[in-house]
Amino acid sequence: MTIQFNDETFRDDYSFSNSQRAKDRFPFPFHEDSYMYSINMEQHQGGPADSIYEKRFDVDEHYLAEMRDRALVLADDPLRCQSLPHMTLAGWDLLELIMVSKSEDYPELFELHRNGFKWHWINKPMGIEDHFVFMDETTLPYGPMEYITRQTQGDFCVLDQREDNLWMDAGMVTTQADWSLDFDIGMNFFEWHAPVPLAHEKGIFKRALKFLLSIQQGAPARRLNWTMTVNPLLDTSPENYHKWGVQKNTLTPENLGSKQHLRVELQTFFRLPRSNGLVFPIRCYLMSFQDIMAKPKWGRRLHRVVRDLPEELATYKGFIDNRPMMLDFLAQYDDGLPTSFGVWADEHSEPSLKK
Amino acid sequence: MSAFKFPESIRSRPVYGILEPRPGRSHLMIADCEGAEAILGLAVRTPHLMANTHIIFIPNGTKFGTKLQALNPAQYYEGPSYAAALSRIQRVLSDAAMGLQIYLAGTEGMMGQAQNEAMQAGYDYTAIQTEHRGSVARRMQCVHCKGITEDVIIDPFKCSHCGLNLFVRDHYSRRIAAFQGVCIDAENPGNVPPSTELYS
Amino acid sequence: MNAPAPNSTAPKVVGAEKIKVVVSAIVPLNNLVTRFEFKRAGGGQFPTFSGGAHTVVEMQDGDFKRINPYSLMSDPADRDTYAISVRRDDQGRGGSLFLHQKVQVGATMTLSFPVNLFSLDLRARKHLFVAGGIGITPFMSQIKQLDAVHGNWELHYSCRNPELGSYVDELTTKYAHSVNVYYDDKKQLIDLENLLDGQPIGTHLYVCGPKGMIDWVRTTAAAAGWPDAHVHHEEFLAPQPGKPFAVRLAKSGLSVEVGEHESLLEAIERLGVEPPYLCRGGACGQCETDVLESEGTFIHRDHWLEDDEKSSGVKIMPCVSRFEGKTLVLDR
Repeated sequence: MTIQFNDETFRDDYSFSNSQRAKDRFPFPFHEDSYMYSINMEQHQGGPADSIYEKRFDVDEHYLAEMRDRALVLADDPLRCQSLPHMTLAGWDLLELIMVSKSEDYPELFELHRNGFKWHWINKPMGIEDHFVFMDETTLPYGPMEYITRQTQGDFCVLDQREDNLWMDAGMVTTQADWSLDFDIGMNFFEWHAPVPLAHEKGIFKRALKFLLSIQQGAPARRLNWTMTVNPLLDTSPENYHKWGVQKNTLTPENLGSKQHLRVELQTFFRLPRSNGLVFPIRCYLMSFQDIMAKPKWGRRLHRVVRDLPEELATYKGFIDNRPMMLDFLAQYDDGLPTSFGVWADEHSEPSLKK
Repeated sequence: MSAFKFPESIRSRPVYGILEPRPGRSHLMIADCEGAEAILGLAVRTPHLMANTHIIFIPNGTKFGTKLQALNPAQYYEGPSYAAALSRIQRVLSDAAMGLQIYLAGTEGMMGQAQNEAMQAGYDYTAIQTEHRGSVARRMQCVHCKGITEDVIIDPFKCSHCGLNLFVRDHYSRRIAAFQGVCIDAENPGNVPPSTELYS
Repeated sequence: MNAPAPNSTAPKVVGAEKIKVVVSAIVPLNNLVTRFEFKRAGGGQFPTFSGGAHTVVEMQDGDFKRINPYSLMSDPADRDTYAISVRRDDQGRGGSLFLHQKVQVGATMTLSFPVNLFSLDLRARKHLFVAGGIGITPFMSQIKQLDAVHGNWELHYSCRNPELGSYVDELTTKYAHSVNVYYDDKKQLIDLENLLDGQPIGTHLYVCGPKGMIDWVRTTAAAAGWPDAHVHHEEFLAPQPGKPFAVRLAKSGLSVEVGEHESLLEAIERLGVEPPYLCRGGACGQCETDVLESEGTFIHRDHWLEDDEKSSGVKIMPCVSRFEGKTLVLDR
């Protein structure tokens, strides 16, 4: 299928919007009417046609706008992309993984021609064409990780594996849920997750780490995570929190439906063959509350999840102060009817709102 | 008493131990202020270490220098500040061979920076011993402007570079050798609670 | 079902695809060691891998499926061929004898994707390798990986005698300044204390060989003040024979008698129950199994479980560990 790329912004006038197709394929993250941490891993080996799970690296209508936003972030703050010296090999691994995947999955958009170490890469949507020597950094305008992640939606954490742990030793992070790569680079799995409440006590990270350490070549995995964002702002960084934090105060009962966004991360995990590292792409999908309410099941469920979420989690996810106003809005879309199990909207079988 | 028991915290916050002698071909001990007491304690337990030990001490107005020197280490240096001692520390590390043991004692800021130097020289941080003594003031990085404010003892505090009001987190970066400071009034500008002393 | 796994709190191990191969060459290196080379069945390229990785080889020996891990010792950048080198073990459980005696060029086998439990620490300023006998194999691919990027490395390789020195000629010809060979028969010993003394800060030490050598290197390094994080070793255990014992699998509702020469994992697989694994040698932790009931003595042989997990008898690694006693019920 041909993708119509949106001309839109994730800042200033926030002209971001989701087409009907994007609304239908939004990864609503709640499989039941409540939420608690779980590892919820599954294989990342395709999915239903046209779903965000179908391809290894989903390319959608926001591609060009997201890449423009990334370039703006990097121009403003180059520290959002960093790689410790020993991670260059993993950067080449990542470049190869993305180029091979995208050229196979989207042949009409991307082409990769390889003749030994002489590679030829064509990115049609972005108008990029480069000839370079694989494993020779001098032949690319950026390091391999930066080069390819300036052309791929989502944040990228490139992890080194040693001493039975994973180390955040490289990354491209411009669409993050309020954490700083510059601060966290070099930390191990437990350290960069240290600020997350409740999950350590539940042993979640210990088990998640064990799972991730055993991810094999040829067997990538995925899971969903979520948070809340006021305005479709991709770059909710700690670095700029003193600038965007105040936007949380601009919610009113009238504008909440269009301003308040559910922010869902598709997290995938791929073993990197040459370096034995692991790449952890975090792809962000945004959808406004009013668009979510168009799906009756999602409307009922989001109300119940937000209402019953433990206080620690609402604080950590940054919406504790706005929760009462959010609930006033969401309650209008909850008629108390039961919901079907699973994340899908089930629009044909779920009843419409009885209010 | 110069030892302080830190309350339990998150997984990124450093945990300090008590220096213990370990086998090695040479020993590098770096201390500031009351950290000298930790080295004196170690030396009392294992005086033979001193023949292969290099002590680097930053007194910051304390009077432990004479006692440390009296331990008769192979090399002894006293510097007026960490910044002044830094090039010497870097030189010692670049000359060092495997089998070097590293012991750090004193304030969190000094230990963090020295640990970072050793890591950059290729030494795994897990093998570096640390013992906290003296002040509990912190070395803080402003996550917004990246500037470091030394010896922060109150929370919230004003970034000495950009002037934002920051709260003190326990989230710690070994690479920056600092805790993270985050704007406290981002959502409600001007709404800054009164500062209190850390651990008060 | 392709939606995010509902409700799963226990991580499920994701099953990797396997690689069908054809034996393309069999090269005897000496009286004990033979190299087996593989091409992809039906053509095509192999995945690249990292130096030190192994593959788990599945061999159909009549009715019996033999499954053994071997280090990949070919060049990681060579995507046309994978190679392993196998030492014949006349007292072993038969996997190496099967390969040496029954496998011929053209035979088909199944390999796992490469798995690395012995990877290079890429931060190292220098890589110092100590190999004993067939323990040379993981270093062969690591050396090729490092050589391609002009890495700083040095090998100390101890073998019984020149006849059994697999790859000595290749190594000493290509890398004369980096390779040092020692022969037991000539009473040549690695002067380890001297070797470890004076290595530049940031050096990482790797050892692969017989258990005695691994212990010796680790102990000597620790006594010389080397931090644990700078010392790496790889030791796959082969399952050891033992008295037969009975086991009941609670989830599957099946029971089986584990034979004298069979591992518990193999017996479980014989029933059609397939616990996950990456190494089958007590190192990767994947086949860890909860014990629901037991009356008897565990013979734990793995490197995975913590001491308290072993002594409390709540877990077992069925790839290498056994049991002696009346009752054993597992959560499988």
